[in-house]
Order: sequence, then C-alpha cells, then structure tokens
Amino acid sequence: MTSETLAAAASAAPAGPNEFLRAQARWRWSEIAFWLATLLPFVLTPDYLILASQVAITALFALSLDLILGFSGIVSLGHAAYFGVGAYTAGLISVWGWGEPLTGLLAAGLAAGIVGYITSFVIARFRHLALIMITLGFCLLLQEAANDANWLTGGFNGLQGIQTWKLLGIFDFDLYGYTAYAYALAGLFVIFLVARRIIHSPFGLALRGIRENSARMPAIGAPILSHIRTIYTIAAIIAGIAGAMLTQTTETASLESLGFQRSADVLVMLIVGGTGRLYGGLIGAAVYMVARDQFSGLNPQFWYFWIGLLLIAIVMFLPNGILGGLELLARRLKVWP
Amino acid sequence: MLPALGVLFDGAAYGMLLFLMSVGLSVTLGMMNFVNLAHCSFAMLGGYVTVTLMNALGWPFLATLPAAFVAGAAASIVLERIFFRRFYNSNELNQCLLTIGIVFMSIATAAYIYGTDQQPMQLPSYLQGSFTVAGIDLAVYRLFLIVVAALITAVLMLTLESTRFGAQVRAAVNNQRMARGLGIDVDRLFAVTFALGGGLAGLGGGLALPMLGLDPSFALTYLIYVLIVVSVGGLGSIAGSFVAAMLLGVADMAGKYYVPALGSVLIYLVMLVMIMWRPTGLFGRR
Repeated sequence: MTSETLAAAASAAPAGPNEFLRAQARWRWSEIAFWLATLLPFVLTPDYLILASQVAITALFALSLDLILGFSGIVSLGHAAYFGVGAYTAGLISVWGWGEPLTGLLAAGLAAGIVGYITSFVIARFRHLALIMITLGFCLLLQEAANDANWLTGGFNGLQGIQTWKLLGIFDFDLYGYTAYAYALAGLFVIFLVARRIIHSPFGLALRGIRENSARMPAIGAPILSHIRTIYTIAAIIAGIAGAMLTQTTETASLESLGFQRSADVLVMLIVGGTGRLYGGLIGAAVYMVARDQFSGLNPQFWYFWIGLLLIAIVMFLPNGILGGLELLARRLKVWP
Repeated sequence: MLPALGVLFDGAAYGMLLFLMSVGLSVTLGMMNFVNLAHCSFAMLGGYVTVTLMNALGWPFLATLPAAFVAGAAASIVLERIFFRRFYNSNELNQCLLTIGIVFMSIATAAYIYGTDQQPMQLPSYLQGSFTVAGIDLAVYRLFLIVVAALITAVLMLTLESTRFGAQVRAAVNNQRMARGLGIDVDRLFAVTFALGGGLAGLGGGLALPMLGLDPSFALTYLIYVLIVVSVGGLGSIAGSFVAAMLLGVADMAGKYYVPALGSVLIYLVMLVMIMWRPTGLFGRR
C-alpha cells in the first residue's frame, strides 16, 4: 500500500529526486487541520486535560516506534526499555534535587540515546524472530534489573519524591493539567517536526528502501547497518523524552513504565492507527487512550478482551490501520489532496 | 553437594514442563515460520480444563490429563482453520499481532469465568509427599513429572525418527517447497502437527498445575519462557527444545536458589547472549 502511494506520488511529481522529496514534504490541509484540532481540548473538554496530556505523551512514544517499525521495518517488542530509561532518568534527577523540566528532558533524551546507541549495534545485525526475542529480552532484562536495584529505583514501589519545578519558572504544573497538556503538546509538535524532516530527507528515503528490500539497498551503496543504528538511536532518544514527560507531568516513575505491557500497548496503538505514516501513532494513541478511559469502569482484565478483538480485526480486515482505511476511502471518493 | 543434586532434580522437573509446553511451537515454527504467541494459551486452557473437571465434576487427576490434551488440540485446530492459515504467507509482525490478540482475549475470558485468583487443586494422595534417596528429598509429583515427560519425549523422538509421518514432518521442516514437490500434503501435515503441539501444550498446562499454579496471566508469563526455549533451542528441533528447556529449568531453579538477589536477570542475560551467539538457536539449521 505504501509503495503504491509512493508510486502515485512519484508519477504526479516532476522527475528528479529533489522534486520528489519536496513534493512529499509539502504541508497538506489535512495536516494543518489535525494540529489545529489538537488545541480543541483546551476549549471543549477542559476537564480531560490530564488525559489529553497523557495522550500526547503516548503519541510521542508511538511516533518514535513508527520511525523504526513503520519506516525502517525493525520490529521491536521491547521499545518501552527506552521510555523507561527516560522516565527513570528524569525521576532520579528530580529526586536528587534538580526538578527543572526542560533540562530534565534533555538529560533523559541523552540517557536513552546512549542506551539506544549501544544496543543499536546489536539490533542492526538481527532480523525476524531473533530480533523480536532480543528486543523483548532486553526490555525484560531492564525491568528485572530496575526491580532488583531497590536502592536506586525504589523497586516495586516506584520512585518516591519526584517534584517538577515550574515550567520556564512561570507555569506551575496545575491539578487540571493546563500546563501539562500545553507542555506535552508543544513537545510532541516540535519533535514531530523533527521526525517529519528526517522522514522527508534522503536519509528517510533510504530507510524506506531498507524496509522494502534490505538486500538490494547495500547493492546500491547504502550503508544499511549505520542507517539502522542512526534511526534506532533517534527513536530511543524520542522514546526517552516521552518517558521523561510522563514522569514530570505525573510526578511518578514506576516499573510499569519499562515493562512488556507498555511495549505491547504502544505497538497496538501504532498498528491501530497505521504504520509508516507519521500520524498513525498519533491517531492510534488518541483512539486507544480515550477508549481505555471510557471503558475504565470495566474490569481492566476485561478491557484486554476488546483490545484483542480489535487487534485481530485490524490485522485481518484493515492491515494498514485506521489511516490506511481512511486513505483507501478517500481515494475511492477522490477527495485525497 | 546434596543441595546441588536437589536443585538439579527440581530444575529437571521444571525443564520437562517447559519442554512439553514449547515443543509444539518449535516444530510448527520450524515448518511454517508461523510465530504463534498464543501457544501458551493452549497450555492455560489445558490447566483450566483439568481444574474444572477435578473440582466441579470430581474426575480423578490422571483422567483429566487426556482431556487437557484433547482440549488443547481441539482449540488449536479451530484457531488454525479459522485464523492462522490465512497468515502463513504474511510477515512476522502481522502473525505476532494476530496471535497476541488471541492471547489478550484468552486472558480476559479466563479472568471473566474464573476470576484472577490462583486456582485451588488437590493432588491425589499417591502423588503427594516425598521420599529420601541418598539424603536428597525427592517430591513424588516431580518424579512423576519427569517420568511422564521423558516417556512423551521418547515417543515423540521415535515417531519423528522412524515413522512415515515423522519423515514427512522432517522433510517439511527442512525444505517446505521440496516437500511439496515430492507430493507431501504440507498443509494437512501442518494442521496435524499443530494440533499435536497444541495438545502437548494443553497436557503441559494440566501437569503444570501443582507446580506452577494457574491464573489468567499464565498465558503471558510462561509465553516468555516458551519463547526463550524455542529461540535458544532452534526452530524445528525437538532435541534442541529439550536441551534448551532443561538448561532453562535448571538455570532458573539454580538462580533462584543460589543468587536470589539477581532474580530473573540471569535468565534474560543468558538468553540474550545465546541468541546473539547463535541466532538460529543451538540446534537450528536456519
């Protein structure tokens, strides 16, 4: 499906690689409408701003997974490892007496990036089942290690005593979540711009080439191992920043932030929204989190029944997620921009 | 020295359970490259069948075990026919997602019917207690486990090595296209193998009850162990699964006994190193 869209765009665009990339990178009206709509919760649902901030953070996390899974074809069942590293880094810095949020984000991104860079040397060499097992194993290993390192992480009880200072020294993180949502949304938007720029660069095109055919890319001279290492590190940094945002806005960091469950959840969100589309993770996170909030009266165990059913339905009938389905519909109705 | 032997014994019993629960997945993965994360749900089903038959209908424990086998096999046939067969040519991500959807649904269903508590069960008196040989305490049930699992392993190995069916399975695992070219109905073969694997998982779940307990999270908790066994042992290799399951069982028991502070870190570390060292597993050919 993606190759179809690429081909369609290629035939519409003028010849030449630069023109092709520029045509891809053009802002569409639907994108502008999407970002304007993200401001609506301030006006329409001010009671749900805490939830909205968590949606934005989760969307950022899903975006980072999209960069490696959707655009580069690296399947990961353990992406929460980097989310957790970021969450704990931000938490620990705060516990040690520095609660300034923006520098906390930088530190968390740096820490997750270092861990991501180190692991990327292993990740880039494996594919298929071995890759799935390595990512899963690394995530479980990190969670177990955090559980055992009671003195550092607080173990099973989570990290105690996190305090986030005022944003820019002015805006307090209030009970209603105004600051939290503005903070998370701004972070999401800025990083989204970066991710969008990466995807629409020659490097991003090379990544898609690796996804489509990892045997042919080296043949045309693309250094696929170093490309995969680069994008994996970038994705780890973004995941770490998302984790730090969750820690800062909720003032907690728990083992749950780096577990298998979170890895699986973010994968589900991305698949529901649609992979390889930048907006897939964002839409998926919003749908998933809002639905979970609405069904929270149910037994949480039972919530997974519907998630399971949704997953099966998506895989069987809507292999490109909600966005893929919408694209198909739009192309049928000939309204796609 | 003596505690070491005791740990070895317990680890072997645990390893046998892991082997029963994972051997089906290993063979089907090797044959069709189908990543079935729902394999442990069959084991969970077997466990619940055993508990229900014993507690609600008063069946003797040994009689419930064949029922657990049949339940696992039946469930895997149904799922294979309805869902899995459509995804043999799909990529591993879609297979993972489909089967993890089934895992989620099985967990939720089990929690809905049975609640989230551990299931109580009473072993018959002749399987309780322990006896002492040369200063080592041997629990009767664990000895029973080892004997049963060893018998099943022997039957499996013999079937695979010296029957027509076994030869066909080996051919399909080695080279599926070639096997098809020789006129072997790989789809039918695969369905039968899948049912057999699901049945063994169900049996494993029933047998695991007194040792590992049973609650709805079983399908996810032991899935990870089963995946470790399969990926370390190598796809499609019964001997590989056996060795890996034994290693994992003994290492896990020894780790918990000697270095409890490390928890499960050791297991995951060993697994990562093994996979990096041999990405196709100890006995894997691909």
